[in-house]
Amino acid sequence: MRAPKGNVLRVAVPIRNVLQRFAFVLLIGSAFALMLLGRLDNAVVERVRLGIVDAFAPVMDVVSRPVSAVNALADNIRELANLRTELARVQAENERLLQWQTVARRLEAENAAFRSLLSAKSETSSFLIAARVVADAGGPFVRTVLLNAGRRDGVRKGQAVVNAEGLVGRIAEVGERSSRVLLLSDLNSRVPVVNERSGQRGVLAGDNSEWPQLVFLPNQAQVQPGDPVVTSGVGGVLPPGLPIGIVAATGDGVVRIQPLVNWHRLEFVRVVRYELPRIDGTPDQR
Amino acid sequence: MSDTVSDRLAQIARNGTPGLLTLFLVFFSLAPFNFPGSALMMPPLALMAVFHWGIYRPDLLPGPLVFVLGLLQDVLSGGPLGMWAAVFLVVHAVMAAQRRFFLGKKFVVEWLGFALVVPVVFLATWLMGSAYVGAFADPGLILIQALLTVAFYPVMSWLMSVVRRTVGRI
Repeated sequence: MRAPKGNVLRVAVPIRNVLQRFAFVLLIGSAFALMLLGRLDNAVVERVRLGIVDAFAPVMDVVSRPVSAVNALADNIRELANLRTELARVQAENERLLQWQTVARRLEAENAAFRSLLSAKSETSSFLIAARVVADAGGPFVRTVLLNAGRRDGVRKGQAVVNAEGLVGRIAEVGERSSRVLLLSDLNSRVPVVNERSGQRGVLAGDNSEWPQLVFLPNQAQVQPGDPVVTSGVGGVLPPGLPIGIVAATGDGVVRIQPLVNWHRLEFVRVVRYELPRIDGTPDQR
Repeated sequence: MSDTVSDRLAQIARNGTPGLLTLFLVFFSLAPFNFPGSALMMPPLALMAVFHWGIYRPDLLPGPLVFVLGLLQDVLSGGPLGMWAAVFLVVHAVMAAQRRFFLGKKFVVEWLGFALVVPVVFLATWLMGSAYVGAFADPGLILIQALLTVAFYPVMSWLMSVVRRTVGRI
């Protein structure tokens, strides 16, 4: 402990206290000012925020690796525990999938034949960018995850993010080497979708619950529980036909979708880089 | 002037530990755990550090640093900007004023103090966060998060005490 003595103490302590109080007021003030600026979508604040996320993305990547190792270990133990039932389930599924494979092969050949008859051009080009979830931020107010891929990998704002199960969300912010995904369940998520059974279009709106709502339907009576819902491709940002989920409940005027994605197990995802052909035939370079 | 290089290194380690530890807790609390609901109910671990060091060594985790760490938590989590920065600052200031009461008391007193601070903190974040996103967040989630935060405090506090004593001995 270093203790200043006598006169020095008598002057220095009050000054220090005043300075500290001033700093406190200043910092609290700036915290609330930032809250306001962040709410107003200020461009400068946005850029600084992205810069900070970008700078820390590699650190988050490193920190998340041991965590995913622990996750993998927990998964292993869980899998070992119900190996038998899992095996039976997988065998049954495999049998079913093999049948589907035959159907798909036949349809693919048929499609190709029709296409060549019509001499139709392939609609679009899309390719996938693999990424890892490095931070599962979330919290009570937002549903987002951070990816370790950014602009230098070809990620752009608005692109769809999928995993093996289905649509996860879309890119909300892009940094140089990181990006933030707005999950389907977030309050601000809006995705144009189509009911695959009835062909009805609507919008999937997140409300921070695990099951987002289906809104703007022309006729709600036509929706039945179990209907598969996929992206409609309206708006041209998301490719059509990405699986999202099934209609879970249609009670009291609210249609809820149970997503195919398991929100607790997001680790590897793919960003869909999708380009609509432009009128002149060259792909859009946004 | 008897400072040797190793003395100075030891001092740097001592002074830097609380900040680095809190920084690590910010990162760790955002890591993608696989447990159902972990991202939604993850306790703000850095808050525990701000409380703990606010009692034992507020000089090593000063207000401006607490502000920066809170801001980092806000930015990385993508939540309301400035929310945790403000909360950390206020908790830090309250602890700086009340720390003498906690020093030398049993751990239960410290835990009870934390259990008093947490409801106020979560009520404030619930109101601020809801105002920020423009809709009331699920109060059930906030309640569970608050309970988990109180429940995890003894473990975190014990870990930080161990670190504090180890570093203090260097």
